[in-house]
Amino acid sequence: MIDELGQFALVLALMLSLAQAALSIAGRIRRDAALAGAGEGAALATFVAVLLGFGALIHAFVTSDFSVLNVFDNSHTAKPLIYKIAGAWGSHEGSMLLWCLILTGYGALMAASGRLPFGLKASAVATQGLLGALFIGYMVFASNPLTRLPDLPVQGNSLNPLLQDPALAAHPPFLYAGYVGFSVVFSLSVAALIEGRVDPAWARWIRPWALAAWSLLTIGITLGSYWAYYELGWGGWWAWDPVENASFMPWLLGTALLHSAAVTEKRGALAAWTVLLGLGAFTLSMMGAFLVRSGVLISVHAFAIDPKRGVLLLEILGVAAGGALGLYAWRAPALRDEAAFTPVSREGALFLNNVLLAAATAVVLIGTLLPLIRAAIDGTPISVGAPYFNLTFTALVAPALIALPAGPLLAWKRGDLPGALRRLWLAAVVALAAGLATLGLVTPRSLLAASGIALGGWVIGGALIEAAERVRAFQAPWPEVGRRALGLPRGAWGMTLAHIGIGVFALGAAFETAWRAEAAAALSPGQSLRLGGYELRLDSVGQVFGPNFEAERAHIRVTDAAGRLVCDAAPERRLYAAGGQTVSGVAICPSLLDDVYVVSGEARPAANGPTAWLIRGYWNPWVRLVFAGPLLMALGGLVSLSDRRLRFAVTARARAAAAAPAPAE
Amino acid sequence: MTPTRALRRAALALLAVTVLGAAAADPADRLADPAKEARARALFRDVRCLVCQSESIDESEAPLAHDLRQLIRQQVTDGRSDAQIKGFLVSRYGQFVLLTPALSWGNAVLWIAPLLVVALGGAALWTRRRAAPETSGLSAQEEAALETLSRDETN
Repeated sequence: MIDELGQFALVLALMLSLAQAALSIAGRIRRDAALAGAGEGAALATFVAVLLGFGALIHAFVTSDFSVLNVFDNSHTAKPLIYKIAGAWGSHEGSMLLWCLILTGYGALMAASGRLPFGLKASAVATQGLLGALFIGYMVFASNPLTRLPDLPVQGNSLNPLLQDPALAAHPPFLYAGYVGFSVVFSLSVAALIEGRVDPAWARWIRPWALAAWSLLTIGITLGSYWAYYELGWGGWWAWDPVENASFMPWLLGTALLHSAAVTEKRGALAAWTVLLGLGAFTLSMMGAFLVRSGVLISVHAFAIDPKRGVLLLEILGVAAGGALGLYAWRAPALRDEAAFTPVSREGALFLNNVLLAAATAVVLIGTLLPLIRAAIDGTPISVGAPYFNLTFTALVAPALIALPAGPLLAWKRGDLPGALRRLWLAAVVALAAGLATLGLVTPRSLLAASGIALGGWVIGGALIEAAERVRAFQAPWPEVGRRALGLPRGAWGMTLAHIGIGVFALGAAFETAWRAEAAAALSPGQSLRLGGYELRLDSVGQVFGPNFEAERAHIRVTDAAGRLVCDAAPERRLYAAGGQTVSGVAICPSLLDDVYVVSGEARPAANGPTAWLIRGYWNPWVRLVFAGPLLMALGGLVSLSDRRLRFAVTARARAAAAAPAPAE
Repeated sequence: MTPTRALRRAALALLAVTVLGAAAADPADRLADPAKEARARALFRDVRCLVCQSESIDESEAPLAHDLRQLIRQQVTDGRSDAQIKGFLVSRYGQFVLLTPALSWGNAVLWIAPLLVVALGGAALWTRRRAAPETSGLSAQEEAALETLSRDETN
């Protein structure tokens, strides 16, 4: 019964999203506030309807209703509750429903926000409605999550055990909240093209949406990377796998968008470019969904794929992106965009950031798609793998990081580069000294690690100096510094945090890549293995039973060079009976910066002597910074976001107070 | 698609996934000479595991990856150069086997595209710079006033 209600709600949502588009378009053409208002109402109603459908699916998963095909395929009664719920978005159908839920949720939020001008808002709500109709239509007709089975099975097939993991339960919602958040920027960009007007006010309106989408996408990618790091058991955190690339492209373009929107907001310049980025970020999000869900790419992360429906997704992408880019080609030349600036200025620095990020996006895009294109054109299968991406991406991002600290210190319009560099001397000296010391003192000698230290130190130092100057630290008396720090816009603090975050990431990435150590040996209980400065001794191997798996758990004593205990690691090999799959459970010794990462392999029965287990260990120095850096960046984005909301709330309150005398309290 | 077929496909896909892990480190296979072993490992990272989803043979535990590793180790021991070994692999499996795409006209876009974006960006900045004095149209005094105003706004 509830499943049928959910089905009904989803069909209703399709109708409502069409109504949302039609009413908003009619309202816009006739300049009729009532019609446009009805369109906004429809946007809210669409969200409620999709939410009901989503609720029905969650209900089916929680109650293990195996009459629903999707539940049968992806759930099992013995699964812990959290993974029953997460199973709802573990499949193709469920993840598309989550996508639609978030899409209509953002649409409802935009429809409810009160500060957009009439024409722009009606056009944007109409565009969002059309996007909703495309994706909900796809879901209802081609990817229905609530399809029933004719015969009721007794037990389900269970969710892929690799996906039964807390980080991965949370990964898709964050990732999709990021991907789909760019849909509002997309709709506002289309609306701006229709209205033929892009001004600083428009750039301010897209800012909160872009910030929210970017921050959530950052968290989503970081969770995915962390999951790959400890779940796949290979000790790495980024492989330039096509699916990773698919999520990374909208992030890169979204980062460019945040910076170019700042130029449009403050100086009215780069308007056409900002609109193009606004369209591009969501286009790449849709492309990411298509690439991941269609299975056209060979990837270790491709779950829940279906080639046939991939073609449909490609068509949706073609309609939405093709329409928007066609509109752009037609209307963008008319956008006024004449504010001039010299190359050495804040605009110039942000422009440089955009050029390098756009080139980096091009690298990832072409590297990911070229194997498909070559196969289609001349049938030559080629591979574009990590070696290509590492080289080209680093070559583009390193100059961006070198230029980064100077950017915020340059004035708008015409900046003073020597002056900015003089203010950064301390950061430069510290970064260079740290780099040289690393090169000279640490063995094995690594140019990569030394440059990473210098670059990371330079970026972090630059961000700290900029923040210190803003609050006049070490110059003004401390109470005044405190006052200034509190009075500073949150956006400024957000920027500082995000820039420190990228520096922290650079430190971790360089260190981990340069100095990661690995060791492996077949050990019998009592034997040990050296891993860098650590010793791993296999104490015993025992049997454990989880809720829906049984595991062979090794107990490994990790000690450092001085013989002190670092931790007792207990890696497992889990056998999930429901699907017959074996998954390795990695053990990680907790510490502030480094990880000792232990994986236990299968038993090797020995002809003579005791059984041995293949034990692999990794020492990943500073790897925690690889994950902490992006989280700092996301935090910066969220802090920035709170600034905007706060300021609008305050002005709205101030306006209300000015309009009417405040009632007695 | 029937559920059983879907299941079988998922299981197959999973098989490829679960056997991940830096298999190349297996002590039983390692070369005695650490320098040669390091050279072999560097080669492994550039060779695709042809039966896997998207991994180098350095990471994969698939039997074919193991065979390829032993083959490369053998050739390293025989004193063949990196280029010779890669050439041998390409003649046997095609370009697909190397993770670094070959420098060829078909792949030129990989290197040209980022350069093109940077060049276009530079050109845009240059034209903007040239246009700057013409479109500004403000007196020096007005410029200074604007500068002060915009500085107030940002700080």
